[in-house]
Amino acid sequence: MNVAAFNSANLNSGQKVAVKYFAVAMILFLAQCLFGLLAGLQFIMPDFLYNILDFNVNRMVHINAMVVWMLYGFIGSVYWLVEEESGTELVGAKLANLNFWILTIAVAIVVVVYLFVQTGPGTKETLWLINEGREYIEAPRWADIGIVVCVLIFFYNVAATFMKGKWSGISGVLVLDLVALAGLYLAGMFYTTNISVDQYWWWWVIHLWVEATWEVLVGCIMAWGLMKTLGARRKIVTTWLYIEVALMFGSGILGLGHHYFWIGTPEYWLSIGGFFSALEPIPLVAMVVHAVYDSGRHNFRNSNHPALAWLIAHAFGNFFGAGVWGFMHTLPQINLYTHGTQWSASHGHLAFFGAYATIIIAMIYIAVQKWRGDVWMSADLPDNGWKWKWSLGLLNLGVVGMTVALLISGYEQSFVERALGGSTWAAYFSAQATPWFMQGMHWRMLFGVMTMIGVVLLLWDLVTIGKGETRPAIDPTIAAATA
Amino acid sequence: MADTPWWASEDVWRKWAIWVTAIMAVVLIFLTFDSVATITAGSKRVPGYDVINKRIYYTYNAERNMQEPVIGGDAPLFGKALSPQEAEDLVTLGKLTVQAKNCMNCHTLLGNGAYYAPDLTKAWLDPAWGAESVREQLMVSFLMDPTANARTYGTGRRMPQLGITEDEARGVVAFLKWMSSIDTNGFPKGFTPIRQEDAS
Ligand code: HEM
Ligand code: HEM
Ligand SMILES: [Fe+2]
Repeated sequence: MNVAAFNSANLNSGQKVAVKYFAVAMILFLAQCLFGLLAGLQFIMPDFLYNILDFNVNRMVHINAMVVWMLYGFIGSVYWLVEEESGTELVGAKLANLNFWILTIAVAIVVVVYLFVQTGPGTKETLWLINEGREYIEAPRWADIGIVVCVLIFFYNVAATFMKGKWSGISGVLVLDLVALAGLYLAGMFYTTNISVDQYWWWWVIHLWVEATWEVLVGCIMAWGLMKTLGARRKIVTTWLYIEVALMFGSGILGLGHHYFWIGTPEYWLSIGGFFSALEPIPLVAMVVHAVYDSGRHNFRNSNHPALAWLIAHAFGNFFGAGVWGFMHTLPQINLYTHGTQWSASHGHLAFFGAYATIIIAMIYIAVQKWRGDVWMSADLPDNGWKWKWSLGLLNLGVVGMTVALLISGYEQSFVERALGGSTWAAYFSAQATPWFMQGMHWRMLFGVMTMIGVVLLLWDLVTIGKGETRPAIDPTIAAATA
Repeated sequence: MADTPWWASEDVWRKWAIWVTAIMAVVLIFLTFDSVATITAGSKRVPGYDVINKRIYYTYNAERNMQEPVIGGDAPLFGKALSPQEAEDLVTLGKLTVQAKNCMNCHTLLGNGAYYAPDLTKAWLDPAWGAESVREQLMVSFLMDPTANARTYGTGRRMPQLGITEDEARGVVAFLKWMSSIDTNGFPKGFTPIRQEDAS
């Protein structure tokens, strides 16, 4: 067997599809950061690309590339584990492949239209063909429908495979969660003039994705990943998964109310949203305990060092980004001052990166290892594994640095604009123009560049790690037995 | 294992997961019926679109300890009183334009969106538009040529040319006027409205 190169003969048919999704995900991650840098630069140099590639376009591409690459990462992860977990072959390998290409072409068309058509007249046709103009789910309606069809095909493929093979606790949670995740997208697929009703349903998609269904999905991936890299016992990870589902849905579903404080919705949301969202950090603490406890329990002896490092980065990133940074502004008394300021951007960066980017990267390291022929990826890598270590460091430091910079700007903004200034346009601009605010914007760029270097290094590592490696991987179940 | 305590039992937690999720989902659906009814246009918190025919004030309510919109006497937008249907059509044109031009990826609306440009929730009431008598025309001109009419207050940030037509601009202004009448529980905090003529 040729272990010097990627060799698809090492993969089962679900995994062959998975690596395609992973490849596109990583390309979009690069694109995401590129457009983030353009948008960030416009805070410092407002004339940069003015009337050519304006802030709203760059930002839209930045956050849409993120949403799409994360969905690709999730789909890839599920295809990756479906055959091992179900104990049988993927029912529709050809279908999965076709589906991948259709979805990818659709994504490419959407991006080209975003960049070159940008906006249209104020008609429904624009929302169908160019851009829907609603943050995160800007994709025009034709693409929404295409996405739903593709996700249904994906869902059929996964559910039918489990049905043919065997079910487990993890796969049961996973499949039910995918139903909810796909169903929620429908809540964002209609037009209404009433902005309050619009945002009410818009948050169903955004919040109930990231603070409910996506969390549970990564919980499933984490459970599987810990078994895979550490040889953790199935019974233990499954029990933890149920605990996490109970706590996450128990707090996150009504936690939705923290977006219903100020959009016209009734006052009872101030209490309900404040209370339940304040509980949301609890499952995130549980996840850290789980991951760290399992790792320590197995003396960190594992088959894939980069993957385990990213899994641990996920546990902490999720806790800090979502749990701590989310909690900081989730009570209405505080949110009244911080709502819609750089606070939100600070939290958004650490949460999306910490909770989701990390775990997808971990899965991709697991994939690359097998793709190379299940080679050694523990200690003593060639060149001391500097690329994965540096990219891990640069990416995490870069995002944490941006988060802190934005938080400082956000503090300044909420004081000067809201607390002192009377929340008018003049107050907004006077807050934006202070040196304190602008310093934050400069530091964000610096750490943004660091993040970007981390991404480039990561991509380089992913295509080179394990090349020419001849030692076989540690078998984590044997390592666990002797630990 | 027979000696697994109840709190570490897979079965117990599976049941908890299912019940908690089901109960929370049911509560959310119940609250959603109530909330959507409360925010339907024409309700107390979210006025009907023909509110654009009226003067909208913004005053402090000591009982609620927050500011709230108050609907005053006749003040038709662009000097023409509209029927409820005409008003809805105009606001709809505005909302479609707001989406088609991707306003939300620079501005926030009701505090949601991007942070490159000011919040639009109470833009209609903002002192930046000078006096009540001129604001609607100023807003239309600004939207149609934001480069020439830019006021960047020392930040250098200008709104881009979005190709907004005069009709679309009027629609957007109608949409902004209507949005300013929504009761947002006092957001944005401590907002200082445009100088208001004596509330009657
Ligand atoms: C991984 C999970 C999470 C992700 C990815 C995430 C992401 C985000 C993002 C991107 C926004 C900004 C939305 C916008 O553009 O307007 C946001 C808003 C918010 N998040 Fe999270 N979040 C997560 C978890 C949490 C948790 C657990 C809490 C509370 C404990 C929380 C509290 C909030 C609040 C209060 C806002 C509203 C900010 C505002 O008023 O402007 N988030 N979140
Ligand atoms: C390469 C470095 C990056 C730069 C320079 C950057 C820059 C930006 C800028 C300028 C915005 C617009 C904020 C505003 O409206 O004021 C933004 C928004 C956002 N970015 Fe990034 N970004 C970077 C990387 C990332 C990464 C790695 C993630 C997550 C994985 C991310 C997630 C987000 C999210 C969720 C928002 C929307 C936040 C909100 O609406 O509250 N960005 N970014
Ligand atoms: Fe949320």
